Amino acid sequence: MKRLIWLSVAVALLAGCQSTGRKGEATTQDAAATAEGATTRGLAGEEETALYEVRTEGLGAGEDAGPDAAGLLARRVVYFDFDSAQVRREDLPVIEAHARYLAAHRRIRVTLEGHTDERGSREYNIALGEARAKAVARLLELNGVDAGRIRIVSFGEEKPVALGHDESAWQKNRRVEIVYDRS
Amino acid sequence: MPVPYRSLWILLLFGLAWSARGELTIEITQGVEGAIPIAVVPFAGQAGLPEDVAAIVRADLGRSGRFQPLPPRDMLTRPTSPDDVNWGAWQTLGQDYLVVGSVTSLGGDRYEVQFHLLDVYRKERLAGYRLPAEGRTLRRTAHRIADIVYEKITGQPGAFATRIAYVTVTRQDGRRIYQLQIADADGHRPRTVVVSPEPLMSPAWSPDGQKIAYVSFEHRRSAVYIQTLATGAREKVAEFPGINGAPAWSPDGGELALTLSKDGSPDIYVLNLTTRRLRRLTHSFAIDTEPSWSPDGKRLVFTSDRGGSPQIYIVPAQGGRPRRLTFTGAYNARAVFSPDGRKLALVHGGRGYRIAVFDLASGRMEVLTTGPLDESPSFAPNGSMILYATQVDGRGQLAAVSVDGRVRQRLRTGDGDVREPAWSPF
Repeated sequence: MKRLIWLSVAVALLAGCQSTGRKGEATTQDAAATAEGATTRGLAGEEETALYEVRTEGLGAGEDAGPDAAGLLARRVVYFDFDSAQVRREDLPVIEAHARYLAAHRRIRVTLEGHTDERGSREYNIALGEARAKAVARLLELNGVDAGRIRIVSFGEEKPVALGHDESAWQKNRRVEIVYDRS
Repeated sequence: MPVPYRSLWILLLFGLAWSARGELTIEITQGVEGAIPIAVVPFAGQAGLPEDVAAIVRADLGRSGRFQPLPPRDMLTRPTSPDDVNWGAWQTLGQDYLVVGSVTSLGGDRYEVQFHLLDVYRKERLAGYRLPAEGRTLRRTAHRIADIVYEKITGQPGAFATRIAYVTVTRQDGRRIYQLQIADADGHRPRTVVVSPEPLMSPAWSPDGQKIAYVSFEHRRSAVYIQTLATGAREKVAEFPGINGAPAWSPDGGELALTLSKDGSPDIYVLNLTTRRLRRLTHSFAIDTEPSWSPDGKRLVFTSDRGGSPQIYIVPAQGGRPRRLTFTGAYNARAVFSPDGRKLALVHGGRGYRIAVFDLASGRMEVLTTGPLDESPSFAPNGSMILYATQVDGRGQLAAVSVDGRVRQRLRTGDGDVREPAWSPF
């Protein structure tokens, strides 16, 4: 089945390539053979460039594990003020509820995804998003969750949930998402 | 079998997305008053060729904002060699300079392009060259001609035969598709070099122009890769716990400065690409990120909020005490050195985020753009223009401004967001 998929991909890519009318293309490696399952293809040309295609299987936002509950546990996102990594007082009960859940389910791990709004430079926002995720992690730890069960990743401003360019969109994007890892 | 079917669908989607390539078009939104009038006459032997050489030269010079090329329809005569030139006729048309030339077929796909740059008032030849070409390199040959003309007249090397890298984000059925693309400096021939369903960031050219370092979140965490453009082969050079970001090549290509948070808060590290040894350059509890090397490789600037707000600091490449450079405004970030090492281009926050130039000798800050969300400045290798990301009608687009603020260009693309431009070296 997998071979068939990669064959289809190769056909799709070749079709795409032909539509651009480029000459002298060379398939340097077949997709299924590379370790990460990536497609690498050389294009003959004055300055050659080749496409690296990231395989997507197993990635993407799926439903996570974790509590199927109403109330505080149903809230998986906490929000932040502009250029701030300080958890708001009103969000403390939400984080404490998740800490209690994690304390009661010791085999479940959690990922904290830090995000920012679109303002300011991108790499600085990666750092700011990490600071937000770390602030939530510290609160989970203070409430008894072992640090080894918490994973932190910052996407900065790269994955906004609200696409507008005003304060209401920015507020929705300055957030930490609590994602229970699939077991 | 839900999983295989899903991945099949996604991958086919990428195949299609990759083929649907839209060229960037560049328009001048503000040119220099008193731009130099120049006539680039259609070349002899042009019929049937894949590219219109004179038209490419004309477009390059016009786009720089420093020249005002004469439209071919206004040319009363069309000489193709210096001997055919009626000087008076071009003087009457108010032209200062004239470019004439020809393309000669050498059989097969091989050509020789010959051109002459003429001073209309002195009635003399300033330059004359013969350049070999193939059908597929004609565009580049035309850009080289524009480079030579630009340098002969302005005294500054042209940067037309260079490339730009940038990240595009398109949406298909609610999913984002991130692509790292490379195009010629005039926006033509866009080519996708990486495509991913997760964010791609911070492309950085190696000094020899053959490789690009970038950040990829393909495993839902950040990692820094170096990819060889010709082959698509790539190598993961940093995937530590926490942030792996902001790659910046040392001018000799031997080292890569990075932002890592593996030891706590984000700090600047330098990775030796030969020995793979990592040395730590900053040691603050604050955010340190966005390193950029001085052209002589002796110093780096970076963004830090150690003083309470993001500001630009400078530190010796071999380590030492960082010194704060910027004191104007509450937000200064993502600085890059100009090719001559005298200035920084940076993101200056205040009322919106704008591109500013900071003079290292005087400490003066000059804001060049109007915002509201301008970011990611990148110098042309000749130092003439700054390419940056901006927002137009809520969409990420690229724009460029001359270092003196007199020339402005906007680069338009088909669809999606375009961001994080990086201008290649020569």
